[in-house]
Formats: sequence, structure tokens, C-alpha cells
Amino acid sequence: MEILVCIKQVPGSNKVEVDPVTGVLKRDGADSKMNPYDLYALEVGMELKEQYGGRLYEAFSMGADEGALVTDRKFGGADVLATSYTLSQGIRRLGKFDLILCGLQTTDGDTAQVGPEVSEMLGIPCVCNVNAIGAVKAGGITVTMEMSEDIEELDVSFPCLLTVQKDIMQPRLPSYKLKQATKDRKITVYTFQDMEDQDEHHYGLNGSATQVQRIFPPTSDKEQRTIEGTSAEAAQQMLALLKQKKFIA
Amino acid sequence: MAKLVVHQDKIDDVQKLISICPFGAMVEHNGKVEVTAACRMCRLCVKKGPKGAMEYVEDEPVPQVDKSAWRGIAVYVDHVEGNIHPVTFELLGKARELADKIHHPVYALFLGNEIEERAGELLHYGADKVFVCDKEELQDFSIETYTTAFEQFIHDVKPTAILVGATPVGRQLAPRVAARFRTGLTADCTILDMHENTDLVQIRPAFGGNIMAEILTPNSRPQLATVRYKVMDAPERSEDAKGEIVPFDVPTEKLGSRVTVIGMKKKPKEKSIEMADVLVVAGRGVKKKEDLSLLRELADALGGELACTRPLVEAGWLDAKHQIGLSGRTVRPKLIITCGVSGAIQFVAGMDHSDTIFAINTDPKASIFKAANYAVIGDLYEIVPQLLAGIRAGKGKRG
Repeated sequence: MEILVCIKQVPGSNKVEVDPVTGVLKRDGADSKMNPYDLYALEVGMELKEQYGGRLYEAFSMGADEGALVTDRKFGGADVLATSYTLSQGIRRLGKFDLILCGLQTTDGDTAQVGPEVSEMLGIPCVCNVNAIGAVKAGGITVTMEMSEDIEELDVSFPCLLTVQKDIMQPRLPSYKLKQATKDRKITVYTFQDMEDQDEHHYGLNGSATQVQRIFPPTSDKEQRTIEGTSAEAAQQMLALLKQKKFIA
Repeated sequence: MAKLVVHQDKIDDVQKLISICPFGAMVEHNGKVEVTAACRMCRLCVKKGPKGAMEYVEDEPVPQVDKSAWRGIAVYVDHVEGNIHPVTFELLGKARELADKIHHPVYALFLGNEIEERAGELLHYGADKVFVCDKEELQDFSIETYTTAFEQFIHDVKPTAILVGATPVGRQLAPRVAARFRTGLTADCTILDMHENTDLVQIRPAFGGNIMAEILTPNSRPQLATVRYKVMDAPERSEDAKGEIVPFDVPTEKLGSRVTVIGMKKKPKEKSIEMADVLVVAGRGVKKKEDLSLLRELADALGGELACTRPLVEAGWLDAKHQIGLSGRTVRPKLIITCGVSGAIQFVAGMDHSDTIFAINTDPKASIFKAANYAVIGDLYEIVPQLLAGIRAGKGKRG
């Protein structure tokens, strides 16, 4: 079974602020980390590989066999559509996979949309919100999908894409040994030139259907009051308000 | 091909220019400034950098979509076996408002099996036409069959904008449909508006959550947006039902699927934080897991539920089902008391429609106070026990 796990780098911190006067973004620290949700996808990939054999791509220090980075200046400024298209092109370049695993969402975009869009562009079925993996059979896999009121059990045929929920499995820790053993291993880098589709209008900003018009700090226009003083005074004021609003007797 | 051109000679302070970029997409390489793939084309460097140093170049005019060929605001009807999810009514209310601005009709798209008799209800919430595809193959949600039916609706009706509830179904169906039409989709919009030229104004928290972004889909149709439950206001149910129900069919042979539903079971009913009228929220100001019991007591005393922020879920203190915020649940209780919550906007976006918000925090500058009705500056470890005592004393008197 050929398994691909899609992972993304996200900012290490969410502390992004806008200066309300200049409109300039203030960002402390340019550190980044692996999207935490992707760890769960990776763990599912590892478990399946261990149980059923096969090969797994990405994140060496956790035990993946191969890795590739899809990057190009031309891919910059991409929205969900262009990101998904670029990924689908990169995946086509990388090879044929039975199973593509994605985390539910990222911590920076929080859209949870790239997985299903990639599957559409690859012309393969997808199941989102997967909370448990059943058996792998000839030509397919049984999974359960969490819906608002129900749990659906589904048979999906390969190739397919799954987005997995947080907590589906406990991600293993990266191994120092593996890190050492794989530190010189080459990561294949794919750029625009490696893509099958050479139309620049399908990538990056040009391939994006949505455009950010402006960014602004959130505003609030509520009735507001500050309660200060000793903790006893604060508690008394809160009690009075809760009583006035009939939350307590 | 739009791009950024760097004019090295006009850069006086390289580091200063690089620091403008919020995405760290500018690097110094052999003394020259280069733009990397991390660039999101926000063009702040053009605006804020030294004059003429960064140039935004757009050549080749792109073919323009004929916006007049797309009419109507459509709402996808989210339902389980015909029971319509209330987010649908909220979206119909918003769709009406948007449609009135551009004199377009409001449509509802209802896909399922044996649902036709439920369709009439949607007319009471302002839908002009309810398009119903009632077929056995659409009994249970499955990505391929639903996308195919959705696709046909778009081809036949050509709505300019489509609103989808950000439910488990909507969150996979909307992107699949958007990708099929190679069009834009904006997730979890908190504000929607309409331009005269039928461009849908989509506003959502962005870049990790501390900023709001206004997003347009200027040259693609249809425009898709998802909105979470309890973000928009549901309209009153009207007694009149002026609109009409329009059945449509999708050829059965097109409804093949590589996904087969083999079983379905109800999720165990648990008290969800979305349904609670009163919530007490634990934030990072709670020092250790054991201390959650104090806040749970307060929640119990108020007849409510305990909820939390993302770091507490990541620390494993509470289950993800208790998490409020963009990556958790959106709540709209009558009363919410946050304890030691700093108020990152992705948290606030999940609760700022609550009727009454108390926020307890030791830091007078905590951003949660911007969202709160009552900013209580103090230590939760001192205030909550006294609050509890007061509530219990009141109860004692009553009993």
C-alpha cells in the first residue's frame, strides 16, 4: 500500500496583531512548526504501514520512507483553490498512491478545505472527519466518519483521500535515532518546472479565485463595564448583576 | 502573471524592509532582497516599504467572468433524514438580506431521500424557490453523489452566491463543489455583505485568528461561503409561504459512488456546550488540571456546562468537545463567564455572540475584555470561590 501524508508548516505562534493606526501587521517570532493536526494523519499512516506493510512518505524522524517538498515562488499568494491545485499537481508528480492522509485542518488557516479540494482535483473519493480506521481490504478501506448526530461507517475504494480527526490515534514522538539516521537523506524538491500543468495562471496568486481586499483589527461595539476592587467587591458586583439578570435567585 | 519586482537600488535599509513582511517571505540573499514562496501577495511591502523598492506588476489581462449570467443567492439545506439543521434558517435570513441589495431571488437546495414534504417549511423562511432532488441514491450523505447533484443545480440555476452551513456535511461538500467549478470558497465567514456588482463580501478571522480579513471572489462564479451555526440571526418564521417548490432530477447513472455507507449509528447523546444556556470557560489562567473542579462547581451552581480554550484541550485537560473557538465549537449562550482566558480572536469568534459575557482575568490589558460586557479584573482563584459561596447562600435562602 502506497500511503502519502500531506503536511504543512504553520507559524509557531498565533500572536499576530495589527497596528490599528498604520494597518501594519505585528508579528513576534518567525518560528514555525509542523501543523499539529498533521501529526494525527502521520500516525494513522504509520500504523497502517506497520500493520499492512507498504511505504510512507514524509517526516523522516517519525519513520517515513520518503519525502518531497513542493515549493516555488510562483506558488505564493495561493488561496484554498490554488493551494489544492498545486498540491494535486505535486501529488501527481510524486507517484500513484492508494491512500492520501491529511490532518483535519491547519492551525493557521483553520479552513479544513484543502483536503476535499485536493481529492476533487485528483478525481478520487474523500471522507472527512474520520475518527476511526477499520480494516484494509483488497482495493479499499473501512472508516468511520463523525457527523453532527451520527457516526457513519463507510467502505471507500482506493485510491482515496481521508482527513482524520485529532485524537484518532496518539501520535508517536519523533525519534532521535531516526533523526540522526535520516539527517542526510535527500528530500526531493518539486518546483513549478516539475509540474505537469505549465500554465502559471493555475498557481499562486494568479490561480486564486479569492482575494483578500483588506485586513483590519477586530472591533467591538458592546455595552461594557469594568469591575475592579478587591476580590470580595468584584464577587459581590458579579452576584448583583447575575441576580439582576435572573441567572441566580 | 502578477508578481513582485524588487528594485534593489531603492532599498536603503534591508532589514527594515524585510521586517515589514508579516509572513517572513522576504530574505536577504547575497546582499539582495528576495521574495520567497511564503509570500501571500498582501503587498504590504509595496505600501509600507521605501518608495519604489517593491513593485507589483500585473500584465496580461485575465478574461472576465460574465457576472450578469449568474443570478440568485442559494442556501444549501443541511439536514439529517429530512430534519433541517437550524443553520439553514439562519443562512436563509442572511441570503434574503443579501439578495434584496441586488434584487436577486433566494434559492434553497435540498438533496435527500423522501424529503419533498419537508421542503415547504423552507418557504416560510424567505426562500423564493426550493430546488428539491429527492432520490433513493441520496438517502445518506456521500461526497460523490451529493457533489454531482449540487453540480447539476449550479449548471441549471447559475446562482451567483451559495451559502453553506459549516457543519460536518457542509465542510466537505462545499470545498468539493468549489473545486469542481474551480471557484472561490471562504470558510467560516462571520460577516457577509453584498456589493452592487454581485461580489459577495466575505469577512472572517484570518492568519491564525488575530486579524479580520475581507475577502472577495472577484472573477469567479458561483461564490461559495460557509458559515457556522449560531453566527447569523435566524429570521422569524413567517406565516406566508410565497415561493415555489421546484423538483429536479439527476440521472441515476450519474450517481455512482466509490464510497458505500455500510452502517449508521446515532452518536451517544451528550450535553453539548452548544446547547447550554450558561457556560463557564476555563483558560490558561487555570494553573493545573485539578483546579478545573472549581470552575465545574461554578458551572453546576449556575446550571451550566464547563468549556475551555484550545491550549487546555491540547494539554489533554478536557476533551475537544468542550473547546470554544474557530477550531472548536461556536457557542451563543445566554450567559458566559470566562476565567483566566486571554481572548485570542479565534476564541472570541466562537463566543462573542453570547448574550452576557463576564470575563475574569488578572491582566487589565487582556484582549478578552474587548469582547466582554463585564470586565472583571482580578484573580479567578479568589473571585470564583466567593462567587460560589454567594450563589449557594442565595440558594440556601430560597430553599
